[in-house]
Amino acid sequence: MQELKPIGQSALALPSKTHKNQSWGFFPVLTILVLIGPIVSGLVGTILPAFGGSFQSGLSALSFEYWGHLIETPGLARSAWLSLKTGLISTFVSLLVCLLLVASWQGTKIFLFFERLLSPLLSVPHAAAALGLTFLIAPSGWVFRLISPWATGLQRPADLLILGDPDGWALSAGLIIKEMPFLLLMSLAALSQVDTASRMRIALSLGYGQVRGWMLCVLPALYRQIRLPVYAVIVYSMSNVDVSMILGPTAPPTLSIYILNWMTDHDLALRNVAAAGAILQLALVLIGLLIWRLGEKLCALWTQRAISSGKRGAGQSDVIFRLLALIFAAASLLAIFGGLLSQVIWSFAGRWRFPEALPSSFTTRIWERHGASALEMSMTTLALALLAALIALILTIGCLEAEFRRGRVMQRAGLILIYLPLLVPQIAFLPGLQILLLQIGAGLGFWPVLMSHVVFVLPYVFLALSGPYRAWDHRFHTLATAMGKSAFVVLWRLRLPMLLAPILTAMAVGMAVSVGQFLPTLLASGGRLATLTTEAIALSSGGDRRVIGAWVLILSVAAWLPFSIALFVPRFIYRKRLGMLHE
Amino acid sequence: MKKLICASAFLAAGAAFAEPNPQNWDEVLKEANGQTVYWNAWGGSTQTNDFISWVGERVSQEHGVTLEHVKLTDTADAVGRVVAEKAAGKDEGGAVDMIWINGANFASMKEAGLLFGPFASSLPNWEFADADGKSLTTDFTVPTESYESPWAMAQVVFIYDSETVENPPKSAQDMLEWAKRNPGRFTFPQPPDFLGATFLKQMLIDLAEDTSVLQEPVGDNYAEVTAPLWSWLDEITPHFWRSGRAYPQSGPRQLQLINDGEVDIAISFSPGEATAAIANDQLPESARTFVLDKGTLGNASYVAIPYNASAKEGAMVVANFLLSPEAQLRAQTPDILGYGTVLNMEALPSADRASFEQLELGIATLSPAELGSSLAEPHPSWVARIEADWAERFSVAK
Repeated sequence: MQELKPIGQSALALPSKTHKNQSWGFFPVLTILVLIGPIVSGLVGTILPAFGGSFQSGLSALSFEYWGHLIETPGLARSAWLSLKTGLISTFVSLLVCLLLVASWQGTKIFLFFERLLSPLLSVPHAAAALGLTFLIAPSGWVFRLISPWATGLQRPADLLILGDPDGWALSAGLIIKEMPFLLLMSLAALSQVDTASRMRIALSLGYGQVRGWMLCVLPALYRQIRLPVYAVIVYSMSNVDVSMILGPTAPPTLSIYILNWMTDHDLALRNVAAAGAILQLALVLIGLLIWRLGEKLCALWTQRAISSGKRGAGQSDVIFRLLALIFAAASLLAIFGGLLSQVIWSFAGRWRFPEALPSSFTTRIWERHGASALEMSMTTLALALLAALIALILTIGCLEAEFRRGRVMQRAGLILIYLPLLVPQIAFLPGLQILLLQIGAGLGFWPVLMSHVVFVLPYVFLALSGPYRAWDHRFHTLATAMGKSAFVVLWRLRLPMLLAPILTAMAVGMAVSVGQFLPTLLASGGRLATLTTEAIALSSGGDRRVIGAWVLILSVAAWLPFSIALFVPRFIYRKRLGMLHE
Repeated sequence: MKKLICASAFLAAGAAFAEPNPQNWDEVLKEANGQTVYWNAWGGSTQTNDFISWVGERVSQEHGVTLEHVKLTDTADAVGRVVAEKAAGKDEGGAVDMIWINGANFASMKEAGLLFGPFASSLPNWEFADADGKSLTTDFTVPTESYESPWAMAQVVFIYDSETVENPPKSAQDMLEWAKRNPGRFTFPQPPDFLGATFLKQMLIDLAEDTSVLQEPVGDNYAEVTAPLWSWLDEITPHFWRSGRAYPQSGPRQLQLINDGEVDIAISFSPGEATAAIANDQLPESARTFVLDKGTLGNASYVAIPYNASAKEGAMVVANFLLSPEAQLRAQTPDILGYGTVLNMEALPSADRASFEQLELGIATLSPAELGSSLAEPHPSWVARIEADWAERFSVAK
């Protein structure tokens, strides 16, 4: 906080009425550097080796030999197609379910129930959700155990290709259950800026069904607001490594897995192939976004036709949509929480064979063996998360305050910059960043990992905080400055305390993001820094479900803990000032 | 004053640059005290992880060395890290202090000059090692030249569920027949997983007419020698688990599959693994092991120290501890790890020898006589070709 002092003092000297204070302009610049620096240098570090260059030598001899190697990879075309397909399908389905749910259930008790569960759902790291899902849907998994042998007649599991199917359906399912809550949260935040109630009043009074009326009148305004988060979901779904490693096919795997394997191979030449693959991944993501964009246009066209057709869509179809939305949303919920529950049981399981619905014996052996190291690793993970979220928070508040004092809201370009880390596939620039870090002798370890986490934490913290921060009633500021308080005092004594709840929530979101990071931790630490996520994924290659279960549980608790603190602390601090809780 | 600072900084740097001398063991012990050793070892097996953390406790008590297990999903990851550091000019203070290694990874690191040494034969406990009897000085036909130190013996066995398999198939040909009768009940880890690659080598040795050529680097004879393997795979793959459209990604995943009742037979590189897994509820009590009639592959696991390791002395202390009768005895205890010892019983003090003799075989572990003598690993160049070829032919599901 020290750096804030001189700024506050200089603010005293300014006429208190104006918001202008140039020194806060340093925050947006710093933020952009923190975000763009690693991405740009990482991309350069990726592109150069793909053509046979390096940081030291530049591009002295342009070479396409690695591209030849890339193209010769068995199943490359199928692998790229797989990435594209699973990415687009999972984004489409999760968006559709999310929109249907909002359209048909918003304002009801059922919706409130989903809303309550949103933050625990969001806090479950991708890897944990995927590992939970693995045991649920496998032919020898929990679902089959629960209905065997009485319903299926199976004493031994059927030879069904459910997990790791070549078409990536299991992978898509894993992505959908995790992305749906994220899109739901983004939609809820955006809806506050769309006057849903009056739009729906008109639509309903014209005789439109709930869902159709919402899709025609509210969605166009809402979609504009959530477009960037949707693009981020496309990019993540097309290029993720962790979910794909756990649920994705292996013959061939998605493109991102190929890149990771080349990147970590002992044959140095394969690193250049990995770089070429990363560029292919980047191009693939662009194609995916273009296809999506085309889809947007088609939907807009369809919407216009639907409006002029005059159909009201009330009655039966409305009920069907509402039911579908409910079934899908409930299924996602069950998949995540059911998966986690199964992991809890596994961590205490002794013997548990197919088709037993529950273990035939229980033991605490796993917890005795792993408890101590898990606790230690939780500390590292949480310390890393706390620092990353704190840095991101300071930068975010600095940016938002700069924006406030300059009196103009961030432009679209600024928003895209903030979103950039979510729009560029991790696998496309992290390998380059790792090479760069090594070449400048920065060493690998805690600090590079922290910086790489900040890159991914910052967008989420910004997204979570910017709404409430901007919505703060400016009249408080006017009132306080009229009483002779400096802008800094207003910020420190008034605005931040009043925004305590959203600030803590933003921290919690940021920490959950940091806890779930796999690739940045792996590559920037040289494997030396083990966090709960890297440990859980390393252990999942083994396949002792008891150990995996214990780590998944610890991982989820670590990600959820900040959320519960964010919920509890404001209630405690402001227990006698309920107006401060904004409820 | 400035000059003085520079000079002392230079001296300090010079001291850090000095390579440790394995011959001077007292000095090694002194330097090792307080060091942290990052041992990069495959982290997929609970039993191995537990053993490594026990080693960590012991070397910390005895020598003040802190051992951190960097859990790898593939040993190549660690090799890749050292390669990347070398490419970036990071010739000291590297991230990897010690690697659990053998075969192709060792061959490529040694050839590229990425290893510290020679050190193994200077370790005090080397005197107990059965260097000749267990051919510890060659690794997949490549001379080790003391650039790696052995710590465990491994031999291929097959684990099966005796409740569902009455007469386990003891040759590649029998396996094909068995798989045809029991479709979907057998599979192997997907190469380039080392156990998957081992499976392909094992089948090649069982099917090839003349196995002596495998001891030489691969040459023009590749297609001819490996032809029986490919025709065997073409025939059996449709009868594999999931019809060969998906494979388990590691050895222990297969144990999970047996425990879940999804498959009945799985390859393992540790004669004691099944017993330890039964004790840990990871395999049914009916699990047993068998070897092929023509014998199975065997090799030793080693630890090597990268040329730019940050804690070479500490790593040598750990390598030496791994060779101690105490560590070897624990590793061979059936329900702990069940790895074969690398020690020469004749060279041990009688008390230690007695402890080894008192070890009971586990319930699913074969006696040394049943295991038979192991077959030698082919030259590493073979497996590279076979892996690439397998990927070409089978890694894209039909």
